[in-house]
Amino acid sequence: MGNRCAVIGVGQTHYTTKRMDVSIAGLVREAALRALEDAGLTFKDIDAVVIGKAPDLFEGVMMPESYLADALGAAGKPMMRVHTAGSVGGSTALVGASLIQAGVHERVLVVAFEKQSESNATWALSTHLPFNASLVVGAGGYFAPHIREYMRRTGAPDHIGTLVAVKDRQNALKNPYAHLRIPGISREMVESTPMLWEPIRYLETCPSSDGACAVVLSSEQAVTGRPAWVHGTAMRSEPIFRAGRDTVNPQGGKDCAADVYRQAGIADPRRDLDVAEIYVPFSWYEPMWLENLGFAAEGEGWKLTESGATALDGDIPWNASGGVLSSNPIGASGLIRFAEAALQVRGMAGEHQVDGARRALGHAYGGGAQFFAMWIVGTDKP
Amino acid sequence: MREVAIVAFAQTEHTAHDTGLSEPELIAPVIRAVKEQSGLSTFGFTCSGSCDYLAGAPFSFVSALDALGAWPPISESHVEMDAAWALYEAWVRLQHGDVDTALVYGFGKSSLGDLRTIMTLQLDPYYLEPLGLDQLSFAALQAGALGAPREALDAVAMRSRQDGRNNPYTFDLPLEQGASVVEPLKEWDIAPITDGAAAVVLAAGDLARRITTNPAYISGIAHRIEPHYLGMRELAVSASAAEAARAAGVGKARVDVAELHASFSHEELILRQALELPDDVVINPSGGALAANPVMATGLIRIGEAAQRILDGAARRTVGHAASGPCLQHNLVTVLEA
Repeated sequence: MGNRCAVIGVGQTHYTTKRMDVSIAGLVREAALRALEDAGLTFKDIDAVVIGKAPDLFEGVMMPESYLADALGAAGKPMMRVHTAGSVGGSTALVGASLIQAGVHERVLVVAFEKQSESNATWALSTHLPFNASLVVGAGGYFAPHIREYMRRTGAPDHIGTLVAVKDRQNALKNPYAHLRIPGISREMVESTPMLWEPIRYLETCPSSDGACAVVLSSEQAVTGRPAWVHGTAMRSEPIFRAGRDTVNPQGGKDCAADVYRQAGIADPRRDLDVAEIYVPFSWYEPMWLENLGFAAEGEGWKLTESGATALDGDIPWNASGGVLSSNPIGASGLIRFAEAALQVRGMAGEHQVDGARRALGHAYGGGAQFFAMWIVGTDKP
Repeated sequence: MREVAIVAFAQTEHTAHDTGLSEPELIAPVIRAVKEQSGLSTFGFTCSGSCDYLAGAPFSFVSALDALGAWPPISESHVEMDAAWALYEAWVRLQHGDVDTALVYGFGKSSLGDLRTIMTLQLDPYYLEPLGLDQLSFAALQAGALGAPREALDAVAMRSRQDGRNNPYTFDLPLEQGASVVEPLKEWDIAPITDGAAAVVLAAGDLARRITTNPAYISGIAHRIEPHYLGMRELAVSASAAEAARAAGVGKARVDVAELHASFSHEELILRQALELPDDVVINPSGGALAANPVMATGLIRIGEAAQRILDGAARRTVGHAASGPCLQHNLVTVLEA
């Protein structure tokens, strides 16, 4: 994995339905300035900028890195634009880390964003190439059958999804940046909301958010402040239409996890990791990814969720920040997972800090559950 | 830096119209070709470049994975940029030392929409895009700022079309100026609407020499972006191309051939000056973008064409250049050596 790399700054915007007070440029700049402030740096200290977001159709700006170069202080520097579907926020961090690990740069600013209020993401996701039938509406329409198949295979009881929806929103109440902060969130409240895509209810799905997240990455010699060290990075992709592909428990996710665990020396993720920020846009993806990522045996993920092990006071907290279920500026959602993992091992997660967290997993997935990006960050130098 | 070389390059026979091929169908033959050339069937890293706005649908790169046969799952990433930047990302990844090969590809079908107005959507959405400035108009602004004599533009266009007629992958375009489009641009000053794809294989160190007798080693690669607003730039020069060329080491030794990503005649003049290329350097022997312009692959093809001269043993030191953004806002320069 090359040279050592550390996260030395994290910046987030307050995620919300509509940020009417800022332009797209203003939004990304806000996150970037907060990350630089955290690192005690300015744009002058940055060698290169990597920006990521989900499909350009979400804002109607084609290849927006062109327009955002000025707002991110990139003029005169190298700038790259990453797009790997929903996993893009994670991939963007990995491309930034790669520049440090390769020894090309000393400090890289990584930014990811989505300003979903500029358009309607559900319909932007439902546009298909000519002559391809559109069988589903939005991401929920695509993933609901996978969830039903998970329930069929494992015999998981119906209320597991509800438990995740409540747990992540309870965590969000401790995160000042979270979009959905619902006082008194309860199972009854979740179960009273309309069914969107069987079995996904309204409060079991992620919101549409405006927001940006930024991190400053650094080489070992350029570290300022309190670093979170990168212990492993991995990405995997698999074809969407391969016959026999297991979309419920994708091979790409298993392989990606095995790769990043090997780099970080993780033998048993539940035991060896202290906290995980995992891309769970629909509640049921927590038990599904618990199995895919090796935190539970196949068919047993829902039992882990039911036992409370993934709650903030459980033995392996998942999404202490409230997760994607509480904030979802799509293109940034993966980077938020990676950034929150870093905040945890830096001991800077505030009210949702997991006591003594020293090693954390950040995870993102995208496309038809076919793109995966992961990193493990730690308090100690690898 | 670790020695990394281009060891294989392939491109489609580009077309000016939609031939009915889907994007995976467009890509599959060039992927197959570079696999055959390199003798490699799997790669340590894969990276591609494409743009959703050309297809008019999100995730145009997703179905491309089907063309790769990405199974077992592969380590892969994508830039929403010309695939020259995918090559850059792959070169960076190979510097880590744990993988030795990379596949890079790019593709685009400009025939599906109206490229001239689609490119308008690349402008600042609040202050510039609503003005409706289309791609030809902002290019013409730059041409006007440069103020090159008509003979100089004609020489670039004529040479590009002549060379293009000798390149089996590009178009046989008439050797005439054509009508005036947007002052001062004539038809032949403008890169044609094109569908196409290209692929490159990178290999590190000794492996490159085992794959091919004349690997094209990347001795320097760098890119820079400039301010977006046209009014904040001196349009007659390209500061970012000049800086990228310096960082890549273009001027350190003699250049035999340079492939420049000039989508308009005047851009070639600006780029030659920015890269400080002497008059004896052969420019765009492929015909360049003016002979075929599969957007999102055009820059990668420039690097591939520059590499091909070395792979063929015809040149010792070449330069491949790629551009992005309105009026050469973003430039990438690669120096390749035998």
